[in-house]
Amino acid sequence: MLKIENLHARIAGKEILKGLSLEVNPGEVHAIMGPNGAGKSTLGNVLAGRPGYEVTAGSVSYDGRDLLTLEPEVRAAAGVFLAFQYPVEIPGVNNTYFLRAALNAQRKARGEEELDSMQFLKLVRGKVKDMGMPPDLLNRAVNEGFSGGEKKRNEVFQMALLEPRLAVLDETDSGLDIDALKQVADGVNALRSPDRAFVVITHYQRLLDYIVPDFVHVLSAGRIVESGDATLARELEAHGYAWVREQAHAEAQA
Amino acid sequence: MNAAVTPFVESMQAAAAPLQLPGSGPAWLDDARRTALQAFVERGLPDTRNELWKYTSLRALGQRRHTAGNPDAARREVPLDLLPATSAGAMRIVFVNGAFRADLSALDALPGGVTLQPLSLALLEQPEPLRFLLGAYTNEDDGFTLLNRALAADGVVLRIAAGVRVADPIHVVYIGLASGSMAAWHLRSLVELGAGASVNLVEHHVGQPDAGHLANLVHDVTLRDHARLGWTVVQTAGAEANLVRRSDCRLGDDAELDFHALELGGKLARHELRVDLTGARARFTSRGAFVLHGRQHADTEVLVTHRGRDSVSDSLWRGVADGRARGVMHGRILVLQGADGADGGFYNKNLLLSSDAEIDTRPALEIYADEVKANHGATVGQLDDTMLFYLRSRGIPLDIARRMLVRAFCTVAMEGIAPAPLREHCDTLLSSQLPEVAA
Ligand SMILES: Nc1ncnc2c1ncn2[C@@H]1O[C@H](COP(=O)(O)OP(=O)(O)O)[C@@H](O)[C@H]1O
Ligand SMILES: [Mg+2]
Repeated sequence: MLKIENLHARIAGKEILKGLSLEVNPGEVHAIMGPNGAGKSTLGNVLAGRPGYEVTAGSVSYDGRDLLTLEPEVRAAAGVFLAFQYPVEIPGVNNTYFLRAALNAQRKARGEEELDSMQFLKLVRGKVKDMGMPPDLLNRAVNEGFSGGEKKRNEVFQMALLEPRLAVLDETDSGLDIDALKQVADGVNALRSPDRAFVVITHYQRLLDYIVPDFVHVLSAGRIVESGDATLARELEAHGYAWVREQAHAEAQA
Repeated sequence: MNAAVTPFVESMQAAAAPLQLPGSGPAWLDDARRTALQAFVERGLPDTRNELWKYTSLRALGQRRHTAGNPDAARREVPLDLLPATSAGAMRIVFVNGAFRADLSALDALPGGVTLQPLSLALLEQPEPLRFLLGAYTNEDDGFTLLNRALAADGVVLRIAAGVRVADPIHVVYIGLASGSMAAWHLRSLVELGAGASVNLVEHHVGQPDAGHLANLVHDVTLRDHARLGWTVVQTAGAEANLVRRSDCRLGDDAELDFHALELGGKLARHELRVDLTGARARFTSRGAFVLHGRQHADTEVLVTHRGRDSVSDSLWRGVADGRARGVMHGRILVLQGADGADGGFYNKNLLLSSDAEIDTRPALEIYADEVKANHGATVGQLDDTMLFYLRSRGIPLDIARRMLVRAFCTVAMEGIAPAPLREHCDTLLSSQLPEVAA
């Protein structure tokens, strides 16, 4: 589904990703862990097509297409979703209006019938209920005045509504209390299916108690330096990232 | 010859001679018109050395001869779709190319205590009460105001008797139709609300896209104690229209002026809104937005004078310019001696959508009283890339995302427009303008 090979990317002239490779198949959940500044958000942003990043080498294919040549909205319609580490407040843009515009734009791009406002309201109200979101969410402006936790949950809510095929969650767990964390995990787990994949970027092992990953990767200094199964996350929690760096260093020496 | 005598001035002078203006007869009026014309010819159009015209050059306009009005304006057929839908079935007074149109107006079901008539008729019936207004000119007059005094042939006279609260809005519609030549017309309007009176006034400017003209409008607005005026200007004039408006408003004790403007049309759209908070606790609120593209030029000057104790002014404006458009926003708050406890605010944010567009915003405070709260802020920026990417990452195409953000940017200026159908009308107009900008 997603194949990243030897990806090099820079921002503001500074190389951040330095030869990152990763393969994700339908149905899989990959966790990406790593210290601050390792390039985790950069990876998510490059996948979603955020302007400003320059890919200098390597390739990313998604369903056999060259993902890097597609506009962000085209990627979204193709099923790529990024839950932002820092969701954006958009004063003056009503949530209902925004969500309907997004869903219908995606449907239109895929050649599907657009939803009329009745159909959409029914759908979105159901999701609000399922996800335990505050009912006034739909009358508010996008993320405006939301607490940090509300913003993160709103990302997962949008994901549930848009039903992407490849979801990248960028530290959706940070700043959440345990209840909110469980809600986020429930949202993700409810969407898990054989034809959908997740890349869960996190700083802490805690989220992975609730979203059990198939693979765990350690991203450090722009590369994946270690991969394993869910137990790797626990080792990291116990030993810290320095341990991984030493291991990688030792390997390189060997 | 005077340097101020440009082809424009010459043509106005020539046009004045054979004009038989309504109300000709009272010696004071003829005299006042003659004197004003003379003063105009000496002074000419304002130039950019005038602080209030610093960013709006009239050089091109000054080089064009204009005819006085449009001779068949009183009879011309008006495409019905030009009439704003929100004014249908409402009290309404309509002008076509500067001429009052009884056939398009609806003045026969006015509630008690409401006088609404064209100035032309008021001058025929009862000129004397207008003497104070039309009889003299002041140093505050610029070339356009003088010209208006000399040549204004019509306008709106709206009076609400003391204590009368008018429930339904009154619509004033200015329509510009294409005519063979570049025509100029001058309208003088009087709005007077007695003590405790209240009304909502909706002013529409509409026109055909190729209607080149100069409309020179002067409003005198007087709100006596405890009166309230809601005034909404919806300006979607044709792309060749030049609109020069000046409004002088005086507010008595506890009087309230709630002003909204949506400026979308015109080639040159100027409004100098002067508000004199004479009374104690007088309150002025203004919200407005201009959204420009092509080579449009809009210039709004909000000039507030706090004279009364504890008077309040609160202005919040938004400007958007695309293409090679030019926007000018000037907010001045003057707090005079004696206006202790006054509270004035002027906030203006602007968006530039192209590198060739330009917006100049100048807030200014001058304070001569004690215990005054006064704030201002003005910014010029661009669409937020982070917001754009957020919308696109959810599947919304770039052009739609840009329009959503422009519309959102203007929302704060439009939220208070009442009643709801008028607000929706404004929102629709704004949305339909957006494919032109931000595309
Ligand atoms: N817009 C930017 N301009 C310059 N440097 C940036 C920018 N965004 C991120 N960086 C730098 O790139 C590196 C990786 O950032 P990021 O991908 O956000 O790391 P992580 O998400 O793993 O904490 C950091 O050193 C950060 O300072
Ligand atoms: Mg990050």
